[in-house]
Amino acid sequence: MKALFYPGCSMQKNARPYLDSLQAIREDINLELQEIQDWNCCGATEYMSVHRVAAHALVGRNLALAREQAGDTDLLTAGCSACYLNLAKTDNQMREDAGLKDTVNQALAAGGLEYQPGAMKVRHLLDLVCHDIGYEAVKARVVKPLHGLKVAAYYGCQVVRPDYDGRWDNHEHPTSMDKLLAALGAEPVDWALKTQCCGGHMTVIGPDVAFGLIRRLIHGAQEAGADLVVTLCPMCQLNLDAYQVEMNKHFHTDYRVPVLYFTQLMGLAFGKKAKELGIGKEFVDAAPALSRIQAEAPKVAEAKRKRRPKPGDALPMPGME
Amino acid sequence: MNAATRVPSASGRPGFLGEVMDRTPGDNRLDLCIQCGSCGGSCPAGREMEHTPRRLFALIRADEREQVLRSNAPWYCVSCYYCTVRCPQEVHITELMYTLKAMAIEAGLFHDTSLPDFSETFVDYVEKYGRSFELGIATRFNLRHHPLSLTGMAPLGLGMLKRGRMDLTPHKIDNMAQLTAILDKAKALERGLQ
Repeated sequence: MKALFYPGCSMQKNARPYLDSLQAIREDINLELQEIQDWNCCGATEYMSVHRVAAHALVGRNLALAREQAGDTDLLTAGCSACYLNLAKTDNQMREDAGLKDTVNQALAAGGLEYQPGAMKVRHLLDLVCHDIGYEAVKARVVKPLHGLKVAAYYGCQVVRPDYDGRWDNHEHPTSMDKLLAALGAEPVDWALKTQCCGGHMTVIGPDVAFGLIRRLIHGAQEAGADLVVTLCPMCQLNLDAYQVEMNKHFHTDYRVPVLYFTQLMGLAFGKKAKELGIGKEFVDAAPALSRIQAEAPKVAEAKRKRRPKPGDALPMPGME
Repeated sequence: MNAATRVPSASGRPGFLGEVMDRTPGDNRLDLCIQCGSCGGSCPAGREMEHTPRRLFALIRADEREQVLRSNAPWYCVSCYYCTVRCPQEVHITELMYTLKAMAIEAGLFHDTSLPDFSETFVDYVEKYGRSFELGIATRFNLRHHPLSLTGMAPLGLGMLKRGRMDLTPHKIDNMAQLTAILDKAKALERGLQ
């Protein structure tokens, strides 16, 4: 399968392990990625907060370049949630708002470009892997199943919401990545926070708010019994990994829940070396968790009898603070 | 601008409501809000907001322009889109928050300048290089607003460098002239729409 590829600024550097692991597994899943030549920043959530309409022209240039360079494919993919959403949003809103379509194209014309909305099909990388390449094709490449590894699939916000093209089974409790990780031999844990916010840009502009959100997620994953959190977004990885260290300082806690990209786990299951997959560049060391991977599938324990609730037991509430 | 003398907007709604709707691309449906409060109840940053989205939307309808544009609420929006997918009226709530931020910057009304300044710092780097530059953005923003935090953040920055996860210099795209021409034109058109 061939797709145009928008790496985005994060994947170039802070999320380099995401890009490196993607490059390492690309051939295994028969995915040909053609990088858009001379792409520009998507604007993240910031450009749109200052220049409401010009933000769509900023993204429009990337869409127009993608269309120009696409050749025999109309697929366009990105690994970063914000990059993906901005591409999908501009395409979608140009479709539903003729005025915007006209404005963006007038602006693009100043640079000798044009874009007809719908010309590219914008898909997040996880969407391509799960829904186009498929779990069976992934499973067929597994040589070292991740038996015994308990994983919390963390989707974050901007891939499964607002979901303009109806690509996901659920906006709040999706299961696609859980199924992918199960296909790799890992055991996805059941947890309620899989699409809660990682704090986004609040780690920079309002750290106290961000630390609360990060603690909730890390605590939730640990409470659910996960050895590590698996993510699909550079910002989520940065906030939950690098800022987990800062969050621990803030609350005087000592959480050590590693956060890896789904592509890194795919690489491990496909028999690639950890170094080739950028494993080791995370702040919270993933090695202890990865040492739990067993050669054999663990035996399924007999289901325990549920404890009868005692009087005075509190109602189960989401672990906010 | 006096609401009473405003020409009817393209949305057909008068006053500040029409202004906010017209400046929000896409079919934003703000006039269909039924004040149910699903948005505020779904918001991970709602506790920090001076007004929940529901209250903001009521104030917009009441033409309380200044109170709305002074609110910290849009700046605490983390763009998680929970409100958007839960809204029974399918109002594009997150999109409207972007509009309110842009309008607040333009009007110079928000009382804490650090939050808009982060967005503006980011925009400056994109317009200069065509790419984001984390080290420059974080340093410039923190120097200006939280200089004392820089020593505290140093281990994080050094950790990023050590792991090869941060650039020391920005990357510039090849055809910067093309991007600048596009953005300049878009901004001129945007001013014309206002």
